[in-house]
Order: sequence, then C-alpha cells, then structure tokens
Amino acid sequence: MARAVSTRRKALVTICAWAVGIAIFFPILWTVLTSFKTEAEAIASPPSFLFFDWTLENYSTVQERSDYFRHFSNSVIISFGSTLLGLLIAIPAAWSMAFVPGKRTKDVLMWMLSTKMLPPVGVLIPIYLLFRDTGLLDTRIGLVMVLTLINLPIIVWMLFTYFREIPGEILEAARMDGAELWSEIVYVLTPMAVPGIASTLLLNIILSWNEAFWTLNLTAVDAAPLTAFIASYSSPEGLFYAKLSAASTMAIAPILIIGWFSQKQLVRGLTFGAVK
Amino acid sequence: MGQITLNQITKSFGDVQVIPPLDLQIDDGEFVVFVGPSGCGKSTLLRLIAGLEDVSSGDITIDGKNATEVPPAKRGLAMVFQSYALYPHMSVRKNIAFPLRMAGIDKAAQDAKVAAAAKVLNLTDYLDRRPGQLSGGQRQRVAIGRAIVREPAAFLFDEPLSNLDAALRVNMRLEISELHQSLKTTMIYVTHDQVEAMTMADKIVVLQAGRIEQVGSPLELYHTPRNKFVAGFIGSPKMNFLTGSFADEFDAATIGVRPEHLTVSQSDGKWVGKVGVSEHLGSDTFLYVDMDGVDEPITVRSSGEIGFRHGDIVHLTPAPDKIHRFDNQDLRIA
Amino acid sequence: MATQHSRAAARLMISPAVLLLLGWMIIPLSMTLYFSFLRYNLLIPGMEEWAGWTNYEFFLTDPAFFAALKNTLLLVGGVLLITIIGGVLLALLLDQPFWGQGIVRILVIAPFFVMPTVSALVWKNMFMNPVNGLFAYFAKFLGLEPFDFLSHAPLFSIILIVAWQWLPFATLILLTALQSLDSEQLEAAEMDGANFLNRFVFIMVPHLARSITVVILIQTIFLLSVFAEILVTTNGGPGYASTNLTYLIYAQSLLQFDVGGGSAGGVVAIILANIVAIFLMRMIGKNLEA
Ligand SMILES: Nc1ncnc2c1ncn2[C@@H]1O[C@H](COP(=O)(O)OP(=O)(O)O)[C@@H](O)[C@H]1O
Ligand SMILES: [Mg+2]
Repeated sequence: MARAVSTRRKALVTICAWAVGIAIFFPILWTVLTSFKTEAEAIASPPSFLFFDWTLENYSTVQERSDYFRHFSNSVIISFGSTLLGLLIAIPAAWSMAFVPGKRTKDVLMWMLSTKMLPPVGVLIPIYLLFRDTGLLDTRIGLVMVLTLINLPIIVWMLFTYFREIPGEILEAARMDGAELWSEIVYVLTPMAVPGIASTLLLNIILSWNEAFWTLNLTAVDAAPLTAFIASYSSPEGLFYAKLSAASTMAIAPILIIGWFSQKQLVRGLTFGAVK
Repeated sequence: MGQITLNQITKSFGDVQVIPPLDLQIDDGEFVVFVGPSGCGKSTLLRLIAGLEDVSSGDITIDGKNATEVPPAKRGLAMVFQSYALYPHMSVRKNIAFPLRMAGIDKAAQDAKVAAAAKVLNLTDYLDRRPGQLSGGQRQRVAIGRAIVREPAAFLFDEPLSNLDAALRVNMRLEISELHQSLKTTMIYVTHDQVEAMTMADKIVVLQAGRIEQVGSPLELYHTPRNKFVAGFIGSPKMNFLTGSFADEFDAATIGVRPEHLTVSQSDGKWVGKVGVSEHLGSDTFLYVDMDGVDEPITVRSSGEIGFRHGDIVHLTPAPDKIHRFDNQDLRIA
Repeated sequence: MATQHSRAAARLMISPAVLLLLGWMIIPLSMTLYFSFLRYNLLIPGMEEWAGWTNYEFFLTDPAFFAALKNTLLLVGGVLLITIIGGVLLALLLDQPFWGQGIVRILVIAPFFVMPTVSALVWKNMFMNPVNGLFAYFAKFLGLEPFDFLSHAPLFSIILIVAWQWLPFATLILLTALQSLDSEQLEAAEMDGANFLNRFVFIMVPHLARSITVVILIQTIFLLSVFAEILVTTNGGPGYASTNLTYLIYAQSLLQFDVGGGSAGGVVAIILANIVAIFLMRMIGKNLEA
C-alpha cells in the first residue's frame, strides 16, 4: 500500500512535474500556436503567446501550396499498407515460434532482430537501383514493400512476446474440437491476441508514419508522404514560420492523437515485451 | 463406440524415453483411470492417444481403425484439460458450440445441442457469460459441456479436478461418475490422486516411469497388488512395509500391512512400539507408532474413540490373512 | 504440442517471413559488396570497371570518414547519455504521486510521436535560428549575443534535437519498470535503515538495469542511422562537422552519384554496425532469457 503523502510534498512534486512536462511539450505547443498566427506575428518580438489574431489562413495556404491531402493519403496508405502486410506475414511466423518452438527458434528470432541492425544506408544504392530499374521508384507500392521488410522483425518479435503468453493448451483444445490450423489461428489465436495485435499495429503505424530514410530517398513527387512534404520546407523562403508550423501541425496531429490513445499498450511493444 | 488399443507404443523427447514400449486395451464404455506419481508420463500417454503428440513407434487403434497418423481433430475424441483451456473471448454458449461450429453443423442444431448440454450441466443460466466470470467448478462444467456436445468416441480427462478446492472436487467427482453412467461412453481419466482412481474407475492403470505396473479393477489392486509399488500407491493411508526379522518370519523380503488391518492393544499383541503422533479425526484415529528395527513409523487406523497419547506403549497385531508378502524383486509372493 | 503435422505446418508458416528477410539481406548486401569493387558513377553509365580495393582505400583514408565516424559515436553516445540520465530522473519524478499524472504523461511522451523532419525543422527555425528563434529572443532579452547553434555547434544542436525526440521513450520505459518495483522491497529496505540514496543505488538501479539495457539496444538501432535530422538542418555541414556515417554515404552515393565509393562506405558501415550489434545482442540475449 502506498503511504499517505503530505499535501505539501505532493504540491511540490506537482509543480515540478508540470514544469518539466510543459517544458518537454513546449516545442509542440509553440508550433501549434504559431500555426494560427500571421507570418508577421510569428516572428514578432517580443513573441506573443496567446493574444494575437487567430487565423486559419496558413492551413489553406499550405494545402494549396504543397497539397497536404495528397501527402496525407500517401502516408496513410504507406503506413497502414506496410503494417497490415507485415501482420499478415508475421502472425503465422509468430504462431510457429510461440507454439511449435524448435531448437533453433531462438536463433531465428535473434537473427531477425539482427537484420534491424543492418544500416539502411548500406543497402541504399542497390535498393535505389533496383527500384529505378523496375519502375518502383516513387511509387507507394515500392515504399510499402520496403517498410514492410524493415518493420517485419519488430512485428514478429512483438507478436511472439504476446503469443508466448497464450497457453498452448487452448490451441490444443481447439485442435481437439476439430479445428483445422486455419480455424485455430482465425477463430482462437487471433481473437485472444487482439490486444497484442492492436498494440503491434499501432506501434508500427507510428514507426512507418515517421520513417524518414527510405521515404525521403525513394520518393520524389507521386508517392511522397508527409515526411517529404515537410522536408520541402527546409529551405527558407521569406517569411514562412507560420506556414511551416501549420504544415508541421498537420503532419504530426494524426499520429500524435493515435499515440496518446495507445501509450499504455506501446510500452510493452516498444521493448519487445522485455518490460511490462 | 470407443475401443482403443495401444500396441507397443513408445515416446521419446530427444534422447529421453518417457514411455517404454507399452500395450493397453481399453474397451468400449469403460471408465479407465491412469494413476501414478507426478512426472510418470500419464499426461504424455493421454496426449499420445489424443494425437497432440506423435508416438515414436508403435500404433494406436481406435474402433478397429489405425489412428496413429490421424490428426487430433479427426480422431473423434474429446479432451478436458487441467487448465480447462476455455476460449476466453467467447461466451459459454460459443465455447460449448465451438466443436459443432468446426464440424459445420447448422445453427439450429447447434443451439439445440448446446441447450441440452447446458441443462445436464446446470449451465443454462450462465450461457451468455464469459469464462472469466465463472467459478472454478462452473468452468470445469463448461469444459465438460464442450466435450459432450460432439458425442466423441471417448472422453479424455487430464487431472480435471486438481484446480478445485476439496469440497468441490468431491462434487465434481460424483458428477463425472454420473455422466459416465448416463452416457456410457469410454472415458480415460488421468490423475495422481489414488482416491479419485479408486472411487471412479472401472479399471485402473498404475503407471511408474512410463511403465504399466498393474492393470485391474480398484478392488483387485487393493487386495492383490502385483508389486510393492502398487501396494504402496493404492490405499490411504499408505500400506506399512516391514523388512528384516519381521519379514523373515513370513518367508518374504518385505511384508506389507495396511493401517486398517492392524489391531492395537494396550496389553498384548505381536509387535511392540511407542505412539509418536496420534491424529483424531472423529470417525477414525490414526496412530503413528515407532517400532525398534523399523525406519518409518507404522500407521495404524483404529476407531475414533481410542485414547492413546504420545509416548504410550502399544501392541500391534496384523490380521493374519491380510499380510502382503514381497520377494527381493519387490514382486508379490502369491 | 508438437507432432509431425504441426511441425510441418510451422515450417510452412514461418517460411514467408524468413525467406523475405533473407532476400532483403542477401540480395542488396551482395550487390553492395559487388559495387564496392567497381568504378561506377551514375553520371557516366556504361563505364563500370573492376576497381579492386581502390574504393575502400579512398573511403578509409578520406578525412571525412574519420570525422563521420567520430560524429556517429558522439551522436549515439551523447543522445544515450542524455536520454538515460534524463529518463531516470524524470521517471523518479513522475513515479511520485502528484495531481494530473495522466496529463503530464501525455505531455512528456508527445515528442516521440513527432516525425524527425518536423522536429528538426521546428527546432532549427523556431528555436535555434539566430535571428528569429526563441532562443535568440531570450538571449537578447538577457542582453546576450544570440548564439548561432547550427553554424557554431552543429553536432551538439543535432544531439539536442534527437535527444528531445528519444527522451520520452526512455522515460516511459523506465517509469514503467519503476512502477513494477515491489513497494514492499523498498519498505523493507527503509526498515533496514536505508535512506533514499541507498535505496536508489541498491534497489532501484539494479531493478532498472534490464530496462536500461532495452533502452540502449533499441535507441542504438535507430540512432546509428539518424539521417533526416541532418538532412533538413545542416546538410552535414559546416564542412563535415555534423556528418555522420549514414549521411556521408548518402551524400557520396546520391549527391555525388559515386556508386562504387558509396558502396564501399556502405560495407564499412555494415561491418561497424555488426561490431556494435554483437555487443548489444549479447546484452539483450542474456536479458531476454529471464
Ligand atoms: N514436451 C516435452 N519435452 C520434454 N520432456 C517432456 C515433455 N513433456 C513431458 N516431458 C517429460 O516427460 C515426463 C512425463 O511427463 P508427464 O506425462 O507430463 O507426466 P505426468 O502427467 O504423469 O505428471 C516428465 O519427466 C516430463 O519432464
Ligand atoms: Mg500431467
């Protein structure tokens, strides 16, 4: 049982914790606020915090200038596509490892994780050339393939740690009840693992949404997701803070919201189940 | 139908042979109990019959057909697991209906069978709950319900009562026995508890280290245990064993006397000892008597009224026709 | 659980994942290896020829390589140091009872969800810019000369930006680990006369060791290939001051179109990553066993 804590101490901790929390969150807050300012107010000195003329103008300018919605839909397709495809490949693999473990299961898992250690830049050129020659450069399908592959080890690992906690007897019961392998996975394993699968899904959507090596190097115009949309604001051109802020807010808002809702489930997933 | 024959089956995990070659015949409608100490291979044997593990050699026949290579789903057997293995995401109704759904039986027929099973098992009021909302005994009944609906050739139970408290265990024991009376389907029941074996079985199979020590009805095992292991395992409290001069007198390496076959007296008797602990249960009194030349205290079961205390000198006399004699191979001397 | 049927099924079910990852490793890796021995420039197609070890000689003797190697180590080490120390302190703070825990948690975790290009651009322009940035404003407010972070301390600035992104991750994991610590253990220690420092050193730190390992492993994987933050802030400059290996190889391959040289760099990067990986896998392998 936690002991009663003196109110004074609790107040002190509250102040410190909020101060630190706001400090860490401040860059995001500031970006969101700036996105509602005019360009002039955005660089005004002294900076105005809340008392300025709120405007939505930047958002429409950004949409017109850089076509936010096209990049947004690319991001959605690429991150959801690669995650779902990854799950489709990883669920059977994780089933095998968790429920029919062999002598080499652990080695296979370690090997899979070690492919994550492969620096992407080490294979940038071949992938770039292969994509150029097969017409996959700057296509969404190409990016879905690459992101599926780079996230596959993480998906398999995460699912493995969740599956491992499901008692094998329940799957055996299904087998005794006449379920074929397919039914066993679809009707018994998957529904039981829904929380684990959901957090795997969320984490991988977040990782894919924010992935900024392959998305920057393999896209130009057609398939460019939000990471590239933002990168186009990297060279300054006159007054652009408010527009940059609006674009940034639009790029991070969807994932920030998903992330906040799922933060509890994320911890386990993020650590491959090593911390609960 | 539910006749199962095991012919020279063995099972090894890696280099370790858990089941040496083993033969067993289980007749249709029999209630067979596999009993033996923990780790002796009871579960393994049951899982071989279920098809959840492959035999390393030998074959398994179910109703005259070779089932050695048949996957578990196709053997027509139903199993109740120690952990119950209910599907936590399905309601009780769906749990019980699952085997029917897998068999592709239409919805109306499913509902009828589920309702019938629920009635037999007193689960009608709980059909829409999840397993997590049930008590241990209810979960157990759901697991049995799931097994009943598919009308299997035989039921397999793996220590189904070990997660229940003592009172509930007695109840469920009776319920399972009644179920067997009414269904008359073959049941194979695994337990390490010899009381369950004695009370439920038509036929007991005593296992040790994967070997069958004896097969027989409960009373056969009680009266004529084939060897010292069976003698010691069946019966509660355990049979007393004496060696040395005590046994020489009967031309045996070891003799065994059950606690209920010893009479105790203050004045005279065959053997003398000193009371260590006495346990008064009301109906019975168990005396643990230390005797010179015997390592373990001798257990005596006598009437509830007897009033010996720690340190009292007592005289014990075995019923002459109830002495079991064993040779130096621990085998029974007829 | 294991019969012939299920084992055969298991092999079948795991093979797509294994084959895809195997292909993903072997095909591009062998191509990189092959290219690294060629004189091959995308601007002069059809002129590929065998170059032996030349590409490696050039790459490994290039002063840029050493600069990039040093920067990579500083970047990874600096970020790990900041996030782990900061993360432990923050976790200790947030583990105390206070009002609004849920909201503060959400505030603290937020930077983790921000994509690297966004956080880099926001920091670069709105905070570190020597003319219009907030830091410059505060400097002026205090009567100091504004500091041009990205020109004068480019690597340090990038470390700060990346650390801001990863601090939440470390905090969240260490906080979760701290919350799983049995409070009876701490109370027992308190009864035994341990003060806060003692309890921290002898009970909390050992309990956190496993989570710290996990944080190091996962962050290292991602930190070794920091790219976007450099691309949108300094482009690796000035000079090579903020170029890490990933960026150096990218620049060589896709900016100078020197496929041969870039590939040699890629092979070197893979070898170095493997050395790091061996250490990390040992660590995590031991930790995940329990
Ligand atoms: N999958 C397995 N791998 C290796 N050894 C096993 C496996 N399953 C059971 N065993 C071993 O086989 C022996 C018998 O186990 P089991 O049949 O579960 O015993 P029981 O059910 O009688 O307690 C034990 O020594 C156990 O360690
Ligand atoms: Mg068992």
